[in-house]
Amino acid sequence: MFVDHVDKKVCTPEVDAIPNRNGYGEGLKEAGEKDERIVALSADLTGSTRTNIFADAFPDRFVQVGIAEQNMASVASGMAAMGKIPFVASYAMFSPGRSWEQVRTTIAYNDANVKIIGAHAGVSVGPDGATHQAIEDIAIMRVMPNMVVLAPCDAIEARKAVLAAAAYKGPVYIRLAREKTPVVTTEDSPFAIGKAEILFERDATHEKSVGLVVTGVLAHNALEAATLLAKQGVGVTVLHMPCIKPLDTDALEVLAQDHETIVTLEEHQMAGGLGGAVSEYYSEHMPKRVVKIGVPDTFGQSGEPEELIAHYGLDAASVAEKIAKVVL
Amino acid sequence: MYYLSNTDVRNLETKANEIRQSIIEMLVAAGSGHTAGSLDMADIFALLYFSVLKHNPEDPDWEERDRLVLSAGHICPVLYATMAHAGYFPLEELSTLRKFGTRLQGHPHRTALPGIETSSGPLGSGLSQAVGMALAERMDNPYTSKFVYCITGDGELNEGQIWEAVMLAGKEQLHNLVVIVDRNGIQIDGYTKDVMPLESLREKFESFNFHVQEVDGHNIRTVNDAIGKAQSIYSQPSVIIAHTIAAKGVDVFERDFRWHGNPPGKGPEDRVEKSDQGKVALEKLRTLGGMITPSDS
Repeated sequence: MFVDHVDKKVCTPEVDAIPNRNGYGEGLKEAGEKDERIVALSADLTGSTRTNIFADAFPDRFVQVGIAEQNMASVASGMAAMGKIPFVASYAMFSPGRSWEQVRTTIAYNDANVKIIGAHAGVSVGPDGATHQAIEDIAIMRVMPNMVVLAPCDAIEARKAVLAAAAYKGPVYIRLAREKTPVVTTEDSPFAIGKAEILFERDATHEKSVGLVVTGVLAHNALEAATLLAKQGVGVTVLHMPCIKPLDTDALEVLAQDHETIVTLEEHQMAGGLGGAVSEYYSEHMPKRVVKIGVPDTFGQSGEPEELIAHYGLDAASVAEKIAKVVL
Repeated sequence: MYYLSNTDVRNLETKANEIRQSIIEMLVAAGSGHTAGSLDMADIFALLYFSVLKHNPEDPDWEERDRLVLSAGHICPVLYATMAHAGYFPLEELSTLRKFGTRLQGHPHRTALPGIETSSGPLGSGLSQAVGMALAERMDNPYTSKFVYCITGDGELNEGQIWEAVMLAGKEQLHNLVVIVDRNGIQIDGYTKDVMPLESLREKFESFNFHVQEVDGHNIRTVNDAIGKAQSIYSQPSVIIAHTIAAKGVDVFERDFRWHGNPPGKGPEDRVEKSDQGKVALEKLRTLGGMITPSDS
């Protein structure tokens, strides 16, 4: 069953759909109103990353660097050294994709108070094709010392993630999606860096028990898969991990104790992302089989978002089918 | 700008010579590191730390200090040696360069040593950070007299990120940014003109809206005048192209690209055997190439 703080319209046709980047734009403006040290940088993608909301409100605290993501990362580091709290936003493929070394040396190694927004992550970018579909960003960011890695599931949570990142001292990466995605959480849903949240609890009368760990906007698919599987007598608990680093290992420990099978779901390569992080934890602390659902060591391609999500087996029906195959 | 008397210039030249001796000693002790650029920037570093910069070695985080960003992180021996001579930390610590547990990392690490403004080494990104500092400062204080000085190599100008940063500095008319290019004509693989021709550097920077001056990087008075002029330019960022002699101060090392990345003891042997390189370099510095006899020798 759904936990109380999940939106009541989840998994119904009435569910609201909003791009979670909107939550970033609004959250950044809100954070900017609270703290005048916050500045925003854009590399010619101000509108589509929703940085325009902040830029319109605080034109003097906005820097347009042109199409130069490497420079943007290091300029932000320099601004942080002077006491600013810079948010740099571009598509995840370019920032941190292209700017990875600058992020590592000038932001993470410097422990600079810079927040990096990777918008348009995942295959659901759609028609733009593989060049614009970042499905490696969680991996390259979570291996970086000092870096916090967040992947909010909807617009409401994205706003909270921005506010939390603004209040946190140190480098933070926030992964966002392009498309409108269902609103899963509510204003009352808890959010904290380092914390996972159960969104759906399994029916304890079901014989089979699965802990489904999900991050980002696929949370809604995970919830739909859980409701589908309940009809087949499979009890699925959905643990949403908006924070991939630091990993909420307490939540993972409890999940492993109460569930036979652990499954991870992410719009990312199967290697190195959420599935990798969860596997690393279990293999060292409490050996447990982890079934990973993600993109299987291949690139994305052009297509409509829903076509691509289905093609890579990330839609609710495919997830349910895969889990059923494993446990039944 | 501070006017330098003849005595001031002489004192700075002496300081630069002491810094060069420290550089040789620390590189010999480390057994690795970059000799040429470290030696040839000693005059400019002496001028910066002992005359130009607003800074306080007793209070490295002093808010009102100028910022010095060493973008060419590999020449950090000159930065560390100068900082030690200026009183940031004891001279004895210089011998820990590149050793396990040291605050003097092989390339500078911001959080390792007070007074280091940025981590650098991967080339190009220091200039971007300096641009960020100048931008942030100007946001808070449009009429700021707090300057951001950024030292780059010339080989470093091969990096695309440099020109991204230069483009932004020009667009933003960052008058509080002063870039100093160590134009020593060498990089690891050879002479800059062979590896990747840079000229006309002046025209390149001018076309990006920089105020450009070219100076003899070993003439302390000329460099000081150029920095004074750069400070007075209000509508543009400034670059001072400092023409230097690679490995300046040790004539048997000078102008040879093979001294870019080797320490005394591991350099080319055409003129001095490896085992004598450290000793000869110190002797050359202490006697100004054999022209004088130091009073304590």
